[in-house]
Amino acid sequence: MKARLLALASGMLFGAGLAVSGMVDPHRVHAFLDLFGHWDPTLAFVMGGAMLPMALAWRWRAKSQKPWAAETFSLPATTGLDRKLAAGAVLFGIGWGISGLCPGPAIADLALNPARAGLFIAAMLIGMALHRLSRL
Amino acid sequence: MIATFTQLYPQAAPLAGLAGGLLIGLAAALMLLGLGRIAGISGLAARALGLADSGPPRAIALLFIAGLPLGAWAVARFAAPIPVHFPNANTPLLIGGVLVGFGTRLGSGCTSGHGVCGLSRLSPRSMVATALFMGSGFATVALLEHLL
Repeated sequence: MKARLLALASGMLFGAGLAVSGMVDPHRVHAFLDLFGHWDPTLAFVMGGAMLPMALAWRWRAKSQKPWAAETFSLPATTGLDRKLAAGAVLFGIGWGISGLCPGPAIADLALNPARAGLFIAAMLIGMALHRLSRL
Repeated sequence: MIATFTQLYPQAAPLAGLAGGLLIGLAAALMLLGLGRIAGISGLAARALGLADSGPPRAIALLFIAGLPLGAWAVARFAAPIPVHFPNANTPLLIGGVLVGFGTRLGSGCTSGHGVCGLSRLSPRSMVATALFMGSGFATVALLEHLL
């Protein structure tokens, strides 16, 4: 129960942050990526703002035995570079540049423009399913 | 200095960006310290919909993902209207969507997992991934808007 409430609260805070920062607007994200146009640096401030609580959280985590509402920390490896990581990131960046959308804002936008966000998410889920079928 | 900044980038919203970024960081901190997990949205979305074998219990992933539009809705409803401008054509949403879905799964993360969580953890994998997706995003927009 506690774990479920925490997950919902975290998702809601994340969605609120995306809305407050303007990152739910694909045009604003596109303008950040448009270095040679009317560049909009807002996204850099969003990343900077998010680093502060997270830098503290990683320090706290280093001193913690276990999370508040789970048995263990289940965290991905930080080292070991491979072609999958590189190719995936490059493909993601191309799609991000084409659309102005990444997964978080697209899902949050289901509340603000469900038809357009839904179309992007349907395509995104096809991409995720293709990756699963490809067994890469 | 602030005046110069707003003259240079009249469309920027640095304070709203910082405030929203703090909320995003708090959300990710809650996920890390509360549930012991990375708040990586591509992975959690795949997990919620049964497209990933690893990750938290599906109910946890579903609740986090459902919270995203709920939080955005609450801000738009109780604070201020939030303008969103999508591409008019369907093609960028469709092609972009497939590439974002495939790429984030292949590369094990997106702006939230690699960007917010990985960079603050000083994870070499996430630093490389973030540099690559930012770089290819910049290059894609430069190509589409200014070269083609």
